[in-house]
Amino acid sequence: MKIAVVRFPGSNCDQDCLRALTDGLGVKAEYVWHKETSIDGFDAVILPGGFSYGDYLRCGAIAGFSPVMQSVIEAAHAGMPVFGICNGFQILCETGLLRGALIRNRSLLFLCQPVYLKLENNRTPFTRLSEEGAILRMPIAHGEGAYYADDQTLRELEDGGQVVFRYVNETGQPTPEANPNGSRNNIAGICNPAGNVLGLMPHPDRSWEGRLGSEDGLQLFKSLVDTLLSVAA
Amino acid sequence: MTPILTPELVRQHGLSEEEFERITAILGREPNFTELGVFSVMWSEHCSYKNTRRELRKFPTTGPRVLVKAGEENAGVIDIGDGWAVAFKMESHNHPSAVEPFQGAATGVGGIIRDIFTMGARPVFLMNSLRFGPIHGDNDAARKNRKLVRGVVAGIAHYGNCIGVPTIGGEIAFDGSYNGNPLVNVLCLGVLKKAEIARGAASGVGNAVFYVGSETGRDGLAGAAFASRDLTEESKADRPAVQVGDPFRGKLLLEACLELLTSGAVAGIQDMGAAGLTCSTCETASRGGTGVQIDLALVPKRETGMSPYEILLSESQERMLIIVRSGEEERVKEVFEKWDLPYSKVGIVTDDGFMRVLDDGSVEVEIPAKQLADDAPVYEREVAIPTRPPAIVVSDLEFHDPKDSLLQLLAHPTVASKNWVFRQYDHTVRAGTIVPPGSDAAVFYVREADKFLAATTDCNHLYCRLDPREGAKIAVAEAARNLTCSGAIPLAVTDNLNFGNPYRPENFWQLREAVEGLSEACRRFETPVTGGNVSLYNESPEGTIDPTPTVGMIGLIEDERWITRQYFRNEGDVIFLIGAIGDEIGGSLYLKTIFGKKAGLPPRLDFDRELAVQKFLRALIRKGVVKSAHDCSEGGLAVALAECCMSGAEKIGARIRLPQMGGSSSQADQRLDVSLFNESQSRIVVTVRSEASDLVQQEAAQAGIELTRLGSVGGSELAIEGPEGTLSWSLDQLHEAWYSSIALALSQQDL
Repeated sequence: MKIAVVRFPGSNCDQDCLRALTDGLGVKAEYVWHKETSIDGFDAVILPGGFSYGDYLRCGAIAGFSPVMQSVIEAAHAGMPVFGICNGFQILCETGLLRGALIRNRSLLFLCQPVYLKLENNRTPFTRLSEEGAILRMPIAHGEGAYYADDQTLRELEDGGQVVFRYVNETGQPTPEANPNGSRNNIAGICNPAGNVLGLMPHPDRSWEGRLGSEDGLQLFKSLVDTLLSVAA
Repeated sequence: MTPILTPELVRQHGLSEEEFERITAILGREPNFTELGVFSVMWSEHCSYKNTRRELRKFPTTGPRVLVKAGEENAGVIDIGDGWAVAFKMESHNHPSAVEPFQGAATGVGGIIRDIFTMGARPVFLMNSLRFGPIHGDNDAARKNRKLVRGVVAGIAHYGNCIGVPTIGGEIAFDGSYNGNPLVNVLCLGVLKKAEIARGAASGVGNAVFYVGSETGRDGLAGAAFASRDLTEESKADRPAVQVGDPFRGKLLLEACLELLTSGAVAGIQDMGAAGLTCSTCETASRGGTGVQIDLALVPKRETGMSPYEILLSESQERMLIIVRSGEEERVKEVFEKWDLPYSKVGIVTDDGFMRVLDDGSVEVEIPAKQLADDAPVYEREVAIPTRPPAIVVSDLEFHDPKDSLLQLLAHPTVASKNWVFRQYDHTVRAGTIVPPGSDAAVFYVREADKFLAATTDCNHLYCRLDPREGAKIAVAEAARNLTCSGAIPLAVTDNLNFGNPYRPENFWQLREAVEGLSEACRRFETPVTGGNVSLYNESPEGTIDPTPTVGMIGLIEDERWITRQYFRNEGDVIFLIGAIGDEIGGSLYLKTIFGKKAGLPPRLDFDRELAVQKFLRALIRKGVVKSAHDCSEGGLAVALAECCMSGAEKIGARIRLPQMGGSSSQADQRLDVSLFNESQSRIVVTVRSEASDLVQQEAAQAGIELTRLGSVGGSELAIEGPEGTLSWSLDQLHEAWYSSIALALSQQDL
């Protein structure tokens, strides 16, 4: 089993994602350069956070057209687990693998702070080891993290169980105060209809061991590994 | 069209008649226009330290952990054990930030990061020390200051967040002396293997000289010379002297350079910062004892029609000069093509000691590199000793309700929560931030090296204004105290000397006093100065800034269990004050905030007591009994206690009973406000498990440390019982004053 961590020019959470997998879980993970045209030999893909291609046109827009993404898109359609974190989530929206978009935070300022998340769907490869309703603590760090989709899309996402994580307060309520960036319906993470593609704004790659203030993020990587092992078995 | 050299032109280049004569003597002829530009930037204060070099020699620069000394390379390097080392340095971008806050601050961050990876180190964290004028109020100065704060913070965030180096702490203070002349001092630390330190020398005659990174444009023309003048009303016209940063290119350059360095192809590497191509060529040649010859026709350019003068003096960002070992040139191509960055072989290392610049084959500049880089004149500036400020007579101060005073102090932006600022900095990338911004010191886990580092920046400008020597000593002592409170042993210092025009004798006196104070303190704390920066001419039409010798200090926490935070933890923990209640009110924030006075003599530092206090706290922490530790600084004991109640994730109260007043001053009738808000040094508020309190008292008695039992943690208010009754503040009341003061000021619309 081997997990790919894609490196775009400007990725800056690539090392953190790799460490979470290799140091946190002892699994095999390798970088895949954005100019590669194949991800053969890998069982899952992580699109890390950062500022791919400087995010100069629009967050994730250029990365969506990079050579490696064409094979990631194909693999995703074939059912391979693909997990986009922060900028990775933005890229997934730009490629159309996920619906909606991430726009400027309500405050118009970059925000780095811990948030609470409620897990709303544990039927994805990334959440199967957690209980639905579980509350997780992780940091966010983004300037453009407000999830937006039109009413119709939003309804379909909600009805289809595609809202995987929501911003909540400590007691699990999705209040306006608990919504750090103005995301619609307090959405922090969504998946595709099949559930194998997940996008999440907060950072499990920065909350995978106790010394970082939270190890809740490790649960997501564990679930992924568990999924891959059970598929292999 | 080359201008003709006239005395007027020489003056415009900031060179004196004597300096021009010296140049003529070095060359054996008059310089041409391009050479004049080259000398003018290399001999500016920013590059040559011509006015401060004699003073800087006073710093202690050696120690058992020092691997690269101050001034030797782009940044100092110290040993942190097990084969690992850290490179770190602080640098200012005050002048650019004053005229163009966003880009000024952003390129300050970019520049210091390049200094660190030039050493072969991977940058792991950033900190910053900022000073602004007051931000509260409905007046032009406050509006302008707010714009500066927003711009500087956004600029730091822009560069640091994008390049993926966390900004984990620092400090910000506000005072009228910084109106129109903010201070932006940025610190970066990087980690590397001890055996892999990269050098900025052009070694190996015949080796190729490569230019890598962004194309050269007309931005930042002669920024180093710009930074070596007073800021005036006309400074805005100098906006072209401010560079424009591209953190994305910076990130690519960082990764490409580190990748190339591991290949063994690099003989020398130097960033193009101040004075750009000029500085990097002559400095690498000077360090290597060689010469460098480049041809400007080969330099990647962003614009057409640039003159040799412009190309050489441009301070375009994200560029490096790399000396490549013969036969390894292919490696450069491979790595820089992979990262899609421009690169070009622009010249070779020669054996004749000249910095020789060709313009499409014809010689444009020919200057002995060593003399250009190292032989700038060194001046002994005149000093004027001002009269000492008179001491404060407490009985002359009207008594002001301490309940209200504490709230006012907490709302003073120097003390108030900086959450509005820190939230904009990515402080969690690299997954190593253990103690985030807002504590005495930030603590970071350097995963590569499996080491815990603590870092802090400190300087109290009020003390330095009133007594620069004492103020500088205290800056070092406070930095060491902050590190000690976090569980660390202080290792080394980088400093940023921010002062006014050195040609004013009273300014130069401040600088000399501060340098001598820093030097003495660094010797006593065994924390050598490994590098830093001098920023002079910090003056605006309103006057000179308060002298601000900022100290950045790095410490090592040898065991993860020793990491200590500043805020109260659990109900029932016993609160002690290491040190006495104190009585020194001169130079305090209390005097400034409540009485509008920047007056009196600042507190005195007793080195022996300070060292003993810190040693005692470190020993206690190692015994595992300390739950929290926070030093008393601006606002004294009362502010420290309030911060202990509020700065954790959960607020928690405390009940305090002030002992019979006086402590060392043994004045039984000391006024309550003096007890609460004085800023006597060497005092730390600690909490311990209640079972451990006897042990702590015994240990203190044995060590000869003064220890005052203050009370216990718990409840929903801070209550301080004094001789004339109890003062109490609800936690919400304290929090409201402290938490939102800065955010409210900066969130308002300023049109």
